Amino acid sequence: MDTTPAASGETADTPRVARNVDRGLLVRAGAITAGLLFVLFAVPQVFGSDWIFTFTSVAIYSAAALGFGLLYGRVGLISLGQVALLSIGCWTGARLSYATALPFPILLLVVGLITGLIGVLVGLPALRLSGLYLALITLMFAGATTIVLGQIDFPNGGHGFTGRSAAAELSTHTNPVRRPSIALSDTDYYRYVVVVIAIMFLVALLHVASKPGRAWASIRESEPAALSAGVNITLYKLWAFGLASFITGVAGCLLAAEIGVPRAITFQTQDSLTLAATALIGGIFSIWGALIAGAFNQLLPFLFQAQWGINPNFLLTVFGAGLLQVLLTAPGGLIEQFPKDMANLGRLIARKVPVTRQAALGIGSILALIIGIVFLVTTSPLLGLLVVILSPILAAFIQD
Amino acid sequence: MLQIENLTVRFGGVTPIDDVSVVFESGTCGLIGPNGAGKTTFFNVLSGFVKPAGGSVTAFGDNLLKMADYRRARWGLRRTFQTEMAIEKLSVFDNVAMIHEHSGAKRASRRADVLKAIEFVGLETPPGVQVGRLGAKERRLVEIARAVVGRPRLVLLDEPAAGLPDEETGHLGSVIQKIPEEVGALVVLVDHDMSLVSACCGTTAVVDFGRLIASGPTAEILRNEQVMHAYLGTETAL
Repeated sequence: MDTTPAASGETADTPRVARNVDRGLLVRAGAITAGLLFVLFAVPQVFGSDWIFTFTSVAIYSAAALGFGLLYGRVGLISLGQVALLSIGCWTGARLSYATALPFPILLLVVGLITGLIGVLVGLPALRLSGLYLALITLMFAGATTIVLGQIDFPNGGHGFTGRSAAAELSTHTNPVRRPSIALSDTDYYRYVVVVIAIMFLVALLHVASKPGRAWASIRESEPAALSAGVNITLYKLWAFGLASFITGVAGCLLAAEIGVPRAITFQTQDSLTLAATALIGGIFSIWGALIAGAFNQLLPFLFQAQWGINPNFLLTVFGAGLLQVLLTAPGGLIEQFPKDMANLGRLIARKVPVTRQAALGIGSILALIIGIVFLVTTSPLLGLLVVILSPILAAFIQD
Repeated sequence: MLQIENLTVRFGGVTPIDDVSVVFESGTCGLIGPNGAGKTTFFNVLSGFVKPAGGSVTAFGDNLLKMADYRRARWGLRRTFQTEMAIEKLSVFDNVAMIHEHSGAKRASRRADVLKAIEFVGLETPPGVQVGRLGAKERRLVEIARAVVGRPRLVLLDEPAAGLPDEETGHLGSVIQKIPEEVGALVVLVDHDMSLVSACCGTTAVVDFGRLIASGPTAEILRNEQVMHAYLGTETAL
């Protein structure tokens, strides 16, 4: 384009825009890094091993929910076969773990690629179908996977394609799927999983923020418009299926090594529906909604059963009510609704108790100091140290 | 130059385009006709959504009908739709950048080209704002920016001012008028708003019931009796 009038106005405008974007990005990157450090180092200090095992599952199912969210939230393709792909990743991971001596990261990559390829095949009908029909087809794929897995079950160290042997079946001890040598204990493995899942989120984020993400958004808006914009719809739809399945496959391989001896009973067809429900509750338009979905999917059952002694089947009611609530009042899910609610609550409190920003920061800083010292001398020195460091940071903002 | 020869489209027993031959030379050309005359079907043939039963479409020497639909954007075809199709979830910048990415234009010039296109349509909102937050007029301008980015050769505008009040249509018209000279593309404009068509278009073609009934300089066309019959349905037409 040869537009001359643009040149004059642009030089003044461009840097301002660029600066705003950069600052927002920096704040977000900082918050994400801080959150990740907290999860990696502070959480294992505070929680016991059964909690850590649950958090590992939360991270893994977050990745599965991320796959669902990418397909539905970004491209508008509803796939109810994501847990089936998770089980395929789990099965492939177990099989290759017994059959090969691949280093664990390579194993993850290979399993991801195989599952991604299967995901692309599952996605082929999506080129012709959408909405309810695609949902039905993928749900039937999930059903078929459950049946096949029920027949062949998971490998237990035997030979052949299925990797099962009667001898291993009868013996009381089955060799578990191996974990990476640097992460054999549950806590170390938890950290390992968090790092791998964080990389998966980063991969998703990079996709969404660049060319494929924009192409997906245009497909979601209108396929004819995307086509006339030059988007190769076939390529980008299959790419979305491939990426979502790759991420889910990696998560499945992590799950295999977490459980050690996976069984077919672990994966039910209806889990695909629960995953879809929790992903919608968490929010599918922001990739962070998948974290909430993972927590709903794995942490709540643990809390219900192991902590509170409630039958976890009640959760289906909770999910149903949550889904209804989200669909009716907050289509963006909790990840979008919660900050809005908090802001409203803050405004409500501010109206009742007129506090200035300075005063709030001051109180916050003192509270952080007290809580930090309590942590330091009691349960967790590291967490205490982190919270203590927070207090001067809060105090520094008062000067602004 | 866009050359249409003996173009025919059939949907079962209906013939929305019936043996039409017309040439759009240069600048901004109007294409008018009553509802159901076949204007949008004509655009759909050019976009590749509809396969014609016969005829040829030659644009700047290239056979457009032979190209895969999604490759036509890379060739230099842009189009807008009657209903506004800017992508709500993306920012203004990303909306335009998305077209640039699939246009075959150089990646290095993307930022500058996109900002130029936004500047060109006179959009005053910051490029980082989500399109979902914009009003109808701004969204229409985003669509024009999407249509002019990345060196287009042929721009098809399907009722770009639909739903806008008169005073806002004026600005849109002035932007459309500038496209041939400043962007270097041939523009074909479909609209019911005669003031927009006569302000923008040097030449105009009129279709009715799938047939070309007149084409030539806009001022003459609008005085043409056949055209008035087609539009107003006077007694002689009955």
